[in-house]
Amino acid sequence: MLRRKGKVNLTPNYIILLLLTVFSLGPMVVLVFNSIKNNLELGKNPLGLPSQIYMENFAEAWIQGGFATTMTNSLIFVVGTVAGVLILGGMAAYSLARLDPPGGSGYMVYMLTLSTLPFWLYVIPLFILWRNLGLLNSRPGLMIIYIALNSPFAIFLLRSYLISLPRDFEDAARVDGANEWQVMSRVVLPIMWPGFLTVGLVVALAIWGEFQVALIFLHDDALLPVTTSYYNFQQRFGRNWALTSAGAVMMIVPVLVIFLALQRRFVDGLTQGGLKL
Amino acid sequence: MQMSTESVGQNRILPSHSKSLLRGNRFRKQLMPWLFIAPITLLHLMVVVGPSLSGAYYSLTEWSGIGDAEFVGLQNFQELFFEDRNFRIAFQHNIYWLAFFVTVPFIVALAVATLLAQVRRGAMAMRTAFFVPYVLPSVVAAFIWKMLYNPQLGIGAVLANIGIPGLDHAYLGDKDTALGAIMFADNWHWWGFLMILFLTAMQNIPMDLYDAAKIDGANRWQEFRHVTLPGIRPTLLFMLMMTAIWSFLGFDYVWILTQGGPAGSSELLATYLYKQAFQRFEAGYGAAIGITISIIAGIIATTFAVLRKRGWEV
Repeated sequence: MLRRKGKVNLTPNYIILLLLTVFSLGPMVVLVFNSIKNNLELGKNPLGLPSQIYMENFAEAWIQGGFATTMTNSLIFVVGTVAGVLILGGMAAYSLARLDPPGGSGYMVYMLTLSTLPFWLYVIPLFILWRNLGLLNSRPGLMIIYIALNSPFAIFLLRSYLISLPRDFEDAARVDGANEWQVMSRVVLPIMWPGFLTVGLVVALAIWGEFQVALIFLHDDALLPVTTSYYNFQQRFGRNWALTSAGAVMMIVPVLVIFLALQRRFVDGLTQGGLKL
Repeated sequence: MQMSTESVGQNRILPSHSKSLLRGNRFRKQLMPWLFIAPITLLHLMVVVGPSLSGAYYSLTEWSGIGDAEFVGLQNFQELFFEDRNFRIAFQHNIYWLAFFVTVPFIVALAVATLLAQVRRGAMAMRTAFFVPYVLPSVVAAFIWKMLYNPQLGIGAVLANIGIPGLDHAYLGDKDTALGAIMFADNWHWWGFLMILFLTAMQNIPMDLYDAAKIDGANRWQEFRHVTLPGIRPTLLFMLMMTAIWSFLGFDYVWILTQGGPAGSSELLATYLYKQAFQRFEAGYGAAIGITISIIAGIIATTFAVLRKRGWEV
């Protein structure tokens, strides 16, 4: 840890850090305050504490914003994407880390290069392709895109996680006559859980908040995830801030709960995924 | 990147007398590993690689996205670079975006990481506080700032009420301030993540380097300049590169807050591409914008790769 041994006056540090804490959290506090005001009060007191708590906003936003449908949709996208990324990405990572495929290092370079291709390079032909395949405006269609786009990150992270684990158990299983599939599913899978949890967490939060891909590939109201549907909701009730704030709060509560509970793992995943490439 | 070198030298000596064993071994060692990799690779080829290649082709065509594309050579690019004023303005905005995001968040994140690394009490809580905005969905973070920027009900209005006038301005509705206001909102959610990356890198710097600097009589600035900064240089440079690339991909915050308006004053290449391709059905023209964005990203990545080869002594 980077810490000084001598006595240093830390008061300036604390002053600056506390001001920035207010900067980071203040806007979110305002959001929560506004979500429990009625609009009349919000007009007079836009940023401060509510004088009385008005919970009706949540019920109304839930119905007006179709949150029952859109949160279910988002949940389906999250679960489907995480499952796809972990299964397909995990298989690839296992092979790259353990089975020494000929040309494996070349494949890593390929993945690295392609994971930096800008979305805007391929979005138009992908849109046309999806239309021709009938995947536009469909849950599987969006999920396939999400899985493909998140897989390089998952492969990198799971592969380096696997490399850090000893091979002894796997070798023992092979000596006992297990085939590769059995080795992977019975021996490796159980010790991979921390890696899966990290990847799953990062991917889940990314998909829950994903906006631009959903905006382009889904238009059917019944299928919209919570993000693009919230965007429409907010356009429709532009002036009713109490209502739209309540909607926003409902959307971020699951994110904040999961993030605060598993913060360390999440941060580890992001810092590794971003930098260990 | 760490490459696996473990395969080298394995299984060089095979029992040559048993042909079937050899065949089984070859399958086990060469083909089977690829069966594990194939599914995700096929998906990736279908979603990313194939469309990227056809995107390059469509950028040379006049095409509405339906029916046949008409090959027009470099006409789209000629139009983009020499005739399309909106494109040039959007491009300029991306340059501003780049200039902002390779400076402001980096300076703030570096300063805060340095300050935070020195304190103990409350450090973990503050770390969390700075990072929380990063996990918010862009629609929510943007909505919050839409409220705060509002001239009647936002921060400016409240300040005016308590006697600090002049800030109750329609930041998002004014051509001169829209882009800046969007960048500020985006940065609100972004800098904390950068700060965590720097903090993590700083914590990996060996403590004896600081002790040595102290013995040499270094002050806080010299310590930062000669120990901290070199220690986090790989992280710093990598993030500078990624930020430079990402600066040409930005979409969410602009689209949610202004859709590029008012009067194109916050248009970015990505929002312009979206409008061309998905609202005006100029698929060929949109693809040409996509290629332009990719070429810029490629130039940035290549520049950094060359610098890295030369030893990063930038």
